[in-house]
Amino acid sequence: MKTSIKKTLGITALAGGIVVAAGVGVIEYNLHRDYPMTITVASGDALKAKIARGQYVAFAADCAACHTVPGGASYAGGYSLDTPFGKILASNITSDKETGIGAWSEQQFNRAVRHGIGSHGYLYPAMPYTAYAKMTDQDIDDLWAYIRTVPAVDKAVVENQLPFPYNQRFLLAGWNFLFFHTGVFEPRKSLNPEQNRGAYLVEGAGHCAACHTPKNALGGDSSGHAFQGGTLQGWYAPDLTPNPYIGLGGQSVADIVTYLKTGSNKTSVASGPMTEAVENSTQHLTDADLHAIVTYLRTLPASSTSVPIVLAANDPRMLKGKLVFQAACMACHVPNASGIPNMIPAFAKNPIINAPDPSSLIHTVLRGMLGPQTWQNPTGAGMPRFDWKMPDDNMADVLTFIRNSWGNAAPPVTAAMISQMRKNIHADMWSGIKKPENGLN
Amino acid sequence: MDYTRPKADAVIVGLGWAGSLMAEELTRAGLNVVAIERGPWETTSVNFPPAIAADELRYGVRREILKPPSVETLTFRNDSSQTALPGRDWNSWQMGYSVGGAGKHWAANAWRFSVADFQMATRVRERYSNMKLADGLIVQDWGITYDELEPHYDRFEKIAGISGKAGVINGQVQAGGNPFEGSRRNEFPTPPLVRSHWNDIFHDTTEKMGYHPFPIPAGTIGGAFRNPLGIELAPCTYCGFCGFYGCGNFSKSSPNICVIPALTQRSNFTLLTECTVLRINKSKDEKTVTGVTFLDSDGNIGYQPADIVCVSAYQLDNVRLLFLSQIGRPYDPTTGEGTLGRAYNYQTMSYGFLYFENEYMNPFISTGALSTQIDDFNGDNFDHTGLGFLGGAGIQALSDQGTPLGMTDRLPAGTTQWGSAWKKAFAHSYQNYAKIQGQGTSYSHRGSYLSLDPTYKDANGQALLRMTFDYNENDRKMSSFVRGKIDDICKQTGAKSWETVSFPDKHNSPFRPYDSSHTIGGAVMGLDPATSVLNRYQQHWDAHNLFVLGASSYPNNGGYNPTGTLSALTLWTAKAIIDNYVKSPGSLMR
Repeated sequence: MKTSIKKTLGITALAGGIVVAAGVGVIEYNLHRDYPMTITVASGDALKAKIARGQYVAFAADCAACHTVPGGASYAGGYSLDTPFGKILASNITSDKETGIGAWSEQQFNRAVRHGIGSHGYLYPAMPYTAYAKMTDQDIDDLWAYIRTVPAVDKAVVENQLPFPYNQRFLLAGWNFLFFHTGVFEPRKSLNPEQNRGAYLVEGAGHCAACHTPKNALGGDSSGHAFQGGTLQGWYAPDLTPNPYIGLGGQSVADIVTYLKTGSNKTSVASGPMTEAVENSTQHLTDADLHAIVTYLRTLPASSTSVPIVLAANDPRMLKGKLVFQAACMACHVPNASGIPNMIPAFAKNPIINAPDPSSLIHTVLRGMLGPQTWQNPTGAGMPRFDWKMPDDNMADVLTFIRNSWGNAAPPVTAAMISQMRKNIHADMWSGIKKPENGLN
Repeated sequence: MDYTRPKADAVIVGLGWAGSLMAEELTRAGLNVVAIERGPWETTSVNFPPAIAADELRYGVRREILKPPSVETLTFRNDSSQTALPGRDWNSWQMGYSVGGAGKHWAANAWRFSVADFQMATRVRERYSNMKLADGLIVQDWGITYDELEPHYDRFEKIAGISGKAGVINGQVQAGGNPFEGSRRNEFPTPPLVRSHWNDIFHDTTEKMGYHPFPIPAGTIGGAFRNPLGIELAPCTYCGFCGFYGCGNFSKSSPNICVIPALTQRSNFTLLTECTVLRINKSKDEKTVTGVTFLDSDGNIGYQPADIVCVSAYQLDNVRLLFLSQIGRPYDPTTGEGTLGRAYNYQTMSYGFLYFENEYMNPFISTGALSTQIDDFNGDNFDHTGLGFLGGAGIQALSDQGTPLGMTDRLPAGTTQWGSAWKKAFAHSYQNYAKIQGQGTSYSHRGSYLSLDPTYKDANGQALLRMTFDYNENDRKMSSFVRGKIDDICKQTGAKSWETVSFPDKHNSPFRPYDSSHTIGGAVMGLDPATSVLNRYQQHWDAHNLFVLGASSYPNNGGYNPTGTLSALTLWTAKAIIDNYVKSPGSLMR
């Protein structure tokens, strides 16, 4: 047994060596090659219009999501992304010449944004160049015009905080070979112009797949499951396909546009990273573009997840969960769980409630959340945190009850899942836990 | 280290209802506004969500949402021959603390004053020219009429999503509302609250007696509502944790829910929290003010220059800040001259405490403003000829009390107050107790006023405010009359026993349970600089760029809670600033 493992490892190492040797040449070529693009030179009003278009592209691409720390200077970087491989900080993209990208050329900008090669070599795909690659020359050109107007902020950021071996940037050459498909978006004949515009935004600047497409073990998009929901940073980004049950099929186009515009609609309220996406990005898009995004999502093949068998109402978990619901949830979410439109989410037939992965629900109940604040809906009604207040079993039971009542049906939530999530997201322990008699935790 | 901040178009002192409404108006008009708040930043979903708010020990008993007396209190005496002493424990004064001010813990009774309340001097002249007023009583007009204020009441009610039933719309009396109210242009934005069982008993009783019961206007929202600032409000859940509590359900209107979310999106709005304004700074010629000086949470002294200063702290703090800044002439009770601190007034309370026998009042289903009221004996809604007093009271069946700790003494007279006999009696009376409140008018008196205390100081070494107040002859006569009316109603309700109380039968004390928190006046508005601190736009007579907002402006109190009126007055003043003052700074009385 031991011998066979050693032999396997030996063969793998040999094969790896050959790949590395072959790869070095490719890496050297890619890192230094030119990526030609069409650049227009503008001045006066034309430049103003170009900068305004560039700002719109920056909204569509949600650059601020990572490059602006909430409450910090715009685009000065430092936002931490916790990936399964370790921590990566977003870079400073202000016009500061030392710590930002003020000394860059447009060619360098293009190479980073669409080709994943920055000043230190390969970028990590936490920067969604895999999606931005689809953006047109004009959008990149306009974006560059805008980015150059961002005031310089002197703030050094050490982006790469990954452990070995992931801190070795050359490895990305292999990753790119496997998962990165270059090339500007090509309109599809199967789609009408509006749907093509939506596809361009969703797959390109919007980089929706970064969260909403499940990832494989190497962090690449799981093939055949585009936009069928993904888990990252303790949140589940729901299925965007027309699946009527866990996807968007049960909501009207207008409702989803309202959600993207305001952060909420009559059923749902944004939570987790989507709150930031709405605040920083989608609320700034035109109604026409939001409509295009949704009509494109409507053309995706529906995921195959079918409705599970609902838990019996007299299941002990359901009975206990109902009591917890009445005591802790009902005041705001109202007795029939219909919520309050545009501020407090409904539970009945809400796709995130029925999601196969309950991460977002557990996360929200444990840590609470500040609601989305947008120009059209500044309410910001939030969810209080219950980590200190509710033990694991009560929280599991109430989520199980909510996921199996009012027409919902979804796999039960276990106390072990709650316990694990507490650790993962550094939530507080339930304050009712007895401390050991020696007084130590 | 002392520092000076960049100059603002306007600085606002205190971010409660008045401050936040003023900030909303001024920033929407494009002005650069800095608000300064003594307490910390607080938001509903973090600081008092339903997971936290419904805690009677924390908020009902320990009053964690109020300004602690250790931060600042005031001294009190009944008349100027006495030495005032500071209120060191919780008492009737319920000052707000932190962002949102008293607008977080209010009971959300969201009234308009009656037409007569603004013009009692005129009313006395025209209707009661032969009436002999109580000696020393101060009755003067506000310089503004109900009709002038009506559009601003309307705007406030929409921002706050007030629930209720209109009694008079465009002069037409509406069934189910208060037929005595001033005419309004619109129905309430959200429907009235569902009546409690006690409300029902009172409604039927008073209707049979020929009176006109109606649901009171409440900031406990009657249904899901989007306010004019785009903010969503949720319907009230009747949870019973209302007055003294922040509302976690987004269903009791507060500055934090209804206004501040919009302010936080405006780049021309800046908020400094945990900064205590020490004084308003005067220009060299003392004809204007230049800004405010504050103490920040690091112990540094900051100076905020501004073209306009709006003081919108609690009524008592408004008056105190004017004293500390030496702006205006202090009132002298011996000569009657001077205006600052003059015309302090209050709220004159009377009650009926009733005990039924076999009811299920279910008092845990309640809000701070779950009331059915009759206004037949309020203000000047009835003929006072031959009665010898002015004013009256709103008489209401109030279902605002269901938390168990606070009800442990709600027992018929003579009940054992301890042991198993008490437990049995309490369990019974919890379901059988009910309350009728007479919330009465108050007119200022020559002997009641505010001044700086000569002895006691706060932690910053600044003198505390001193209150000199007792009920006057008008209060005693009025309240005795109202108590009689309450007694008549008690008899008809079917209660087994009851007691009625008129508060002016004793000297006023801040430590008397069930007394009002409505301290009023002291820097009042009017048409004559000899008898008012502010003109009819709440603009200071002596410094045209100083505006003082709040119940400190009222020369007399209506038989209503003050918040709705001070909010409407703020919007009235904001309009005057935006439409006239900004374009041409100077006295608005030109």
